[in-house]
Amino acid sequence: MVSAIIVAHLAVAMCAPMLSSRLGARGYLVMAAAPTVAFGWLLTLAPSMTAGGTYTESFTWIARLGVGIDYRIGMLQWLLALIVSGVGALVLIYCRWYFAEAPNQRPMGLLTAFAAAMLGLVTVDNLVVLYLFWELTTVFSYLLIGYDPTRRANRSAALTALIVTTTGGLAMLVGIVTLGVLSGTLSLSAILDAPPNGPLATTAALLMLVGALSKSALVPFHFWLPGAMAAPTPISAYLHAAAMVKAGVYLVAALAPAFATVPFWRPAVGVLGAATMIVGGWRALRQNDLKLLLAYGTVSQLGFLVLLSGFGTRAAALAGVAMLTAHALFKSTLFLVVGVVDHSAGTRDLTRLTGLARAMPLVAVIGGIGAASMAGLPPTLGFIAKESALEALTYLVEYHGDGTGLTPALAVCLLAAVVLGSMLTVAYSLRWWWGAFADKRDVTAPEVHRPSMGFVAAPTLLAAASLAGGFVGPPLTTLFETYATTVPGGHESHGLALWHGLTVPLGLSLLAIGLGAVLFWQRDAIASAQATFPVVKGSDELYNETMRRLDVLAVEVTARTQRGSLASYTAIVLAVVVLLAGGALLWTVHWPASVRAYDYLPQMLVGALIVVAGVLAATSRGRVRALLLVGVTGYGTAVLFLMHGGPDLALTQVLVETVALIVFVMVLRRLPKYFTTRPLGSMRWWRIVLALCVGLTVTLLALVAAGARVAQPVSVDYYEAAYSFGYGKNIVNVTLVDTRAWDTIGEIAVLVVAATGVASLIFLRSRVQRVRGREGDPAFGARGMWLRASGALDPGSRSLIFEVVTRILFTVMMLVSVYLLLAGHNAPGGGFAGGMVAGIALMLRYLAAGRRELDEAAPFDAGRLLGLGLALSVLAAVTPALLGGKIFQSYDITLVIPGWEYLQTPFGTWTLFGEMHLVSSTIFDVGVYLIVIGVVLDLTRSLGAGIDIQSEQDQAPVPQPESTRARPAADVSPTGSPTGPVGRAVP
Amino acid sequence: MSPNLTLAIVAGALVACGVYLITERSLSRILMGVMVAGNGVNILFLVASGRAGGPPLIGVTPKEDMSDPLPQAFVLTAIVIALATAAFLVTMAYRSFQLNGHDEVADDVEDARIRALALADEASDSFEEIRFSDTGVDVVSE
Repeated sequence: MVSAIIVAHLAVAMCAPMLSSRLGARGYLVMAAAPTVAFGWLLTLAPSMTAGGTYTESFTWIARLGVGIDYRIGMLQWLLALIVSGVGALVLIYCRWYFAEAPNQRPMGLLTAFAAAMLGLVTVDNLVVLYLFWELTTVFSYLLIGYDPTRRANRSAALTALIVTTTGGLAMLVGIVTLGVLSGTLSLSAILDAPPNGPLATTAALLMLVGALSKSALVPFHFWLPGAMAAPTPISAYLHAAAMVKAGVYLVAALAPAFATVPFWRPAVGVLGAATMIVGGWRALRQNDLKLLLAYGTVSQLGFLVLLSGFGTRAAALAGVAMLTAHALFKSTLFLVVGVVDHSAGTRDLTRLTGLARAMPLVAVIGGIGAASMAGLPPTLGFIAKESALEALTYLVEYHGDGTGLTPALAVCLLAAVVLGSMLTVAYSLRWWWGAFADKRDVTAPEVHRPSMGFVAAPTLLAAASLAGGFVGPPLTTLFETYATTVPGGHESHGLALWHGLTVPLGLSLLAIGLGAVLFWQRDAIASAQATFPVVKGSDELYNETMRRLDVLAVEVTARTQRGSLASYTAIVLAVVVLLAGGALLWTVHWPASVRAYDYLPQMLVGALIVVAGVLAATSRGRVRALLLVGVTGYGTAVLFLMHGGPDLALTQVLVETVALIVFVMVLRRLPKYFTTRPLGSMRWWRIVLALCVGLTVTLLALVAAGARVAQPVSVDYYEAAYSFGYGKNIVNVTLVDTRAWDTIGEIAVLVVAATGVASLIFLRSRVQRVRGREGDPAFGARGMWLRASGALDPGSRSLIFEVVTRILFTVMMLVSVYLLLAGHNAPGGGFAGGMVAGIALMLRYLAAGRRELDEAAPFDAGRLLGLGLALSVLAAVTPALLGGKIFQSYDITLVIPGWEYLQTPFGTWTLFGEMHLVSSTIFDVGVYLIVIGVVLDLTRSLGAGIDIQSEQDQAPVPQPESTRARPAADVSPTGSPTGPVGRAVP
Repeated sequence: MSPNLTLAIVAGALVACGVYLITERSLSRILMGVMVAGNGVNILFLVASGRAGGPPLIGVTPKEDMSDPLPQAFVLTAIVIALATAAFLVTMAYRSFQLNGHDEVADDVEDARIRALALADEASDSFEEIRFSDTGVDVVSE
């Protein structure tokens, strides 16, 4: 049922964005349903709880690690769950009015989700899941405090709360894991039943205490809580008074029965609790912001609560639980009242508020009840809880430590500290009520509008509970006793009641009230005294300094490791290659037994030529010269491929090299002639050293790796497989379109992306190029011209021979390309080579007669070819799967045309069509073919035609004479379609 | 397997030339370096594929004389991708000239800013000092 309720919370929270846009702030009423249901269900457990029973529920989650979603509700859990869901429901209802005119309704879903996490936190038994809920509350608190991320106060407060509480949370996680390992279970109840001991267990328990103290904002973590008041008031009321900060108190209360006796636990709880109580109270006295005053008050009270619930005596435990309940009720009341005051009067600065008691008497009464309970005035719940607390502390003096081993002097000190804290509490409670509601001289009354009844409903109910609680002391005692008796040591408390007779605690109470009233009465004197106190460096300063140093360190590290220079990054990468791979070479013993100097002698000659060309390319300063030398290495590589026995490779390499040369020349015509005129710096020598090291490493690595090979190559089976599965005789081509077709499909996708990138860099606005027809364009010559668009060119740049040759060659090249495509399955060729030939044919048309001729040759956008090719390839890949085969499976289709197989002639039988084998993977290759044509067409359109247009429109860079620089383009707005300028020039 | 020394040396030499160019600042020179080094790496595949042989065409070369077809398929795809990448890079160089009048790969401006911060021992912009001490000043509702 707990799981169902938590899931229901989350489901409702998910609907919040939708609800808030439909219903606005009224959506909070829907949200309130979830915690209301939870509260109702918890009430049904009442009979079992009062009888000291437990409710359990569990689901398997990560069984192997002992992490299960186990819920176990005992008295303590039940009480906290009631507070969480009850206050949660009321706060959500209150939000409907508070956020009525808010700019955003972000808290709606977040608050509900927070309620779910909080409910889980107080009911779950598995410590790892508890940690999960613990951190979830932290995250939701971060999001809720950062309600308005544009305000610096919200941002920094949210971050501080997150960092401080997660730091504590991590310490707690270490504690949880240690306890889990020591006791062999992660169940909280099991660990409490049989607590492990030893130094490790002590450390673990103290680490969990650190988590609890950070969450409950105890000294020295106290500084995040006042900052968190940047959150809207209902959020402060719920998270930072009633629920989240209680998580730490809950954990302390849950652990204390078993771990209060470990070393350092009681000193930590006692000293930090008392210090927090006094520091918080002292600081609350000087706040002018009503909410901030309450925040410091909360810090003070949390110290008190941790002190009581962690001290580990029976009476203290009872008082702790009672005080926890009282605090949840009165502090949420007070916060909600501040919200009402803020909304009605437009300020919560107590120096500007006056006369509110007369303007809003009901609210003043509610606030009064809350403040009375906080100050511990009878007959409220706060009074009886504080009485029992003072009683528990007098026991420490009276019974010589009450089983805790506390010395009499220390016990008196502790009692004195708490009485001092109570005194401060009385003073700031009075200050709060006086600040909010009393009449003050010299203050102009703010304009007040009456709050609606619904707005006041939630604080009214909570205040009523605070008041009523004072009269039900005995039944509450019975209830809380079921928890208090789990604490092993100490005397039984006399219980909660309004009247025990004339006892010491009553005297101490009266003392605190009296002195507190004096403190309030002399508030001006106190304020001037406080002003003379020296400013101490608090832990918030320490936190600030730590965060600043951390940031400075991050800046240092980034500045040292991220130099921002591409050359140094590549140099580092390559140096690592040399050091790691080259270092491995130093250690290896697997050098090849023998090497072959060459396979054929000409290999050496070609190799020498390539190396010379490479070195010259590396040292040449002219762009075109370097390009041509790079081309030499490429063509030389093709010759090596051919010698090695790879005709497909050689063919494709030659074609690719040719396309690359043309493409580069098209771009280089607009770039300066020389790379550099700078004198060569000292860096050059380092670069040479690095280059030689990398080259040497590569050569040696190749020899070692190839020499170490002992196994058969995987391709040994390709010989049979190519024909029996791929139906082709060209094994390389079958590998591309069948065996390793996945590779190929990835590759053609890269081609499409690269071509699109090129087109986008040139045309910027769109990759689609509009192609103009020739209708009505006088630039086009009559039929019968060699190339019809050549008329659009400047007569001086025409070459008749080139045009004639192009005219003749184009058709031949197209035929060759189709031949290569179709023959490729059985002979050298294939889609890549075929597509390249067709692409070069198109380039030729452009080179001979300009961009209009290119449009004439390919009157369509290159993107269509790319898309068509990709679609065809994917279709060829997927179709076999649809037919019941595997993806990329090849089929052999035998085609016989009856009567056309052979031709009987007087000279014998000639084969006409014969028996034709159509292999289905050819369709895939056709897709590759189309894509390659599309890529080359795209490159020519962009880098040829596109740069032509940019030159005409002053959009291209202009190389400066005698310089390595160019004048940037005068106009870098997106280039129009390639045919645009001509259209503008010729009406 | 005894590897081919000539091819290994040629591959290493081309990679060395490529590395020298790649550590340049001019993008078009870096591009040339990538192309030269790419050719070198393709030749490495020949070293890896073992002894030279006849073209891997069934019916043309007997099985035992055939060169290894698998590295050839790898190189074939590599060649075509190299073309596409090179075209993209050269277009970037062109664009750089169009905008700036040069194609030098500049150092990252943001990194230089971080270096300046480090020299001055300052924190980054993401650091915000928190201030909500108890001076009574209402910083929370700032």
